[in-house]
Amino acid sequence: MNDATLHYMPGAGFRGRSKEVLDNPALRKSFRGAMDFLMQKRAAQFPDPARLEALRRQGEAIRKYSLSRLPDLLEQLEANLKQNGVQLHWAENPEQAQGIISEIMLRAEADLIVKGKSMVSEEIELNHALEARGIAALESDMGEYIVQLAGERPSHIIMPAIHKTKEEIARLFAEKVPGVDYTDSVDELIQIGRRVLREKFRATKVGLSGVNFAVAETGTLCLVENEGNGRMCTTVPEVHIAVTGIEKVVEKLEHVPPLLALLTRSATGQAVTTYFNWITGPRRPGELDGPKEVHLVLVDNGRTQAYARPDFRATLQCIRCGACMNHCPVYTRIGGLAYGTTYPGPIGKIISPHMLGLKGTSDLVTASSLCGACGEVCPVKIPIPELLIDLRARSQAGGADPYALHLAGEGEGRKPLVALSFKLWSRLYRSPALYRLFAFLATRFRALTPSSQGAWTRSRTPLVPARKSLHERVKERRSR
Amino acid sequence: MPLTPGKRPATVYFFGTCLVDLFDPEAGISAMDILERQGIRVVFPDAQSCCGQPAYTSGYPAEALAVAEQQVRLFVEDWPIVVPSGSCAGMMKHHWSRLFGPDHPLAAQVQAISGRIYEFTEFLVKVLNVQLEDRGQPARVVLHTSCSARREMGVHLTSRALLAQLAQVEVVQQAREAECCGFGGTFSVRHPELSAAMAADKAEALTDSGAQQLVSADCGCLANINGTLAKSGAALQGQHIASFLKSRLEPQA
Repeated sequence: MNDATLHYMPGAGFRGRSKEVLDNPALRKSFRGAMDFLMQKRAAQFPDPARLEALRRQGEAIRKYSLSRLPDLLEQLEANLKQNGVQLHWAENPEQAQGIISEIMLRAEADLIVKGKSMVSEEIELNHALEARGIAALESDMGEYIVQLAGERPSHIIMPAIHKTKEEIARLFAEKVPGVDYTDSVDELIQIGRRVLREKFRATKVGLSGVNFAVAETGTLCLVENEGNGRMCTTVPEVHIAVTGIEKVVEKLEHVPPLLALLTRSATGQAVTTYFNWITGPRRPGELDGPKEVHLVLVDNGRTQAYARPDFRATLQCIRCGACMNHCPVYTRIGGLAYGTTYPGPIGKIISPHMLGLKGTSDLVTASSLCGACGEVCPVKIPIPELLIDLRARSQAGGADPYALHLAGEGEGRKPLVALSFKLWSRLYRSPALYRLFAFLATRFRALTPSSQGAWTRSRTPLVPARKSLHERVKERRSR
Repeated sequence: MPLTPGKRPATVYFFGTCLVDLFDPEAGISAMDILERQGIRVVFPDAQSCCGQPAYTSGYPAEALAVAEQQVRLFVEDWPIVVPSGSCAGMMKHHWSRLFGPDHPLAAQVQAISGRIYEFTEFLVKVLNVQLEDRGQPARVVLHTSCSARREMGVHLTSRALLAQLAQVEVVQQAREAECCGFGGTFSVRHPELSAAMAADKAEALTDSGAQQLVSADCGCLANINGTLAKSGAALQGQHIASFLKSRLEPQA
């Protein structure tokens, strides 16, 4: 956990930020439309529930197996990367990752880095850190480019600019890109972005990318993308820096195809993406292109906390498809920015507490009706609702703590009044005599039920007990 | 022991749930009546209260466990346990084993109970294989299934199957049927704006379906949806499926 890299504590403002979006019908409509579209696209790729279930089981098994051997696989990956000429760097936290990348930049005498899409680079707040060191970072994924021009953060891990309308993007381009007139033709907007970025690829010494899967047995880095910017970033500049989380490793090449099949179908509803890059190292003697140096920065940033606790390890199964967001009734209504974390939506709620601590994320772990839509679509079967329940317990754990392995910020979400209510509730509901008395009073004095019941009655009529409880009615029925 | 398929039990336990007990006892009585009409003896353990879900999902496992332990001890006999709520049934069937953990003295009972939990409509359809005779007036209804019933218990189909047996009942479809109504227990008061937004969308979809009546097998959803509908002045109101079925089988004059 590291507060220094956080622009704000996400928990503090979550309710206010989400309310702002809830009160904006146009924005809500646009999220709803986008999520509907993505849900339909995914559903069309999985017409056969039995085959989908078989594939999800396979994906889950591969991820579980990989995690069960994580330390070994990371060592194997390290050895094979070295063999391939890739330089590996370990970063425990965002600062270390920032430092490693800045140093590579410095050695390459580069003051600009062109970036392919990488959520881990967002997580370590790379752009921000590089800027402070006088290095410019340019996003080359179209969505990320838009978000960067607007000075915002991605609102979705796959579609970073999903919160922006075509017209907003048109205005943004006209305002921020030199020599561009207003146009809301999507094709033209894409051409504008493409023109700007092409120039930069040519001129830049260092390119950055994420990694979808790192294969231990071959030392191969796999990169999934649709725009070709990923291939440009990893092949044109002299230096390629890949950055990813330590959990992305799989043992064998044969583990990639099932995960890839699940990833692209779940994420964008594509059977295959336009590009799939297998990165096996720098340019070899006699080769005409490719980078001269390839680096991989493996980031921990709280992942070992989840890894070390059996209850939470499944969090790391994630392959970052974003399907949980697309299907989440909460995300659909507020979009990604309201969460205030790098990873929004259901996956954000279960991974952010390990990265940022439970203190700042206690409002996020409760912001779910536990409807289970996320767990139902997760391609690697992460039990997201159960993890949320466990995180809630950790967030509110107080007094004698039954857990041996604490999480950062454990107990910080505890609210004394809520804790007391549940103590009383428990006392009442575990004692038949007390409960009988309570039910008797609640039903007999139902006329005294308050008409204002706090947050409940802001949008609902009050809950009023029946004239007699079921217990009483059953008793009467028996004596009939 | 889970039931042998096709074998009708002579006796069942009825676990009424805390919401039904205080807010909709009619649903509990109706469910018990329907079971008895099928020739089943229904045993209602008097010391029952709540499955513990409110505390469990709010992050208070110790408080939930204390309440759940009290319930586990009630089901001494090897009878099926019928629960008129998908969400409470899901708690008892799936979450109790997590809550108790493998080392709890009651772990074996919890395990055994898990195989004997049936949501009410599931029991009628899958165990009793009921054939309902509809004696009601023509009606147009819409069915809301709770997320737990759908995703944890897989019983959204059994409610639908029961309604399909009613000759005079036309079931209409609402938009986004599978989407959560926004109740989520304490979520509804911890994040009231989010919950209200979800409930309002659900209420709108249900109203737009053109149904005269809403039916659901979960009192949590019903409290949320009915409260939201009533506050907005909508005429539509929901009823527990047990009460609805009873009204179709024994219409009041």
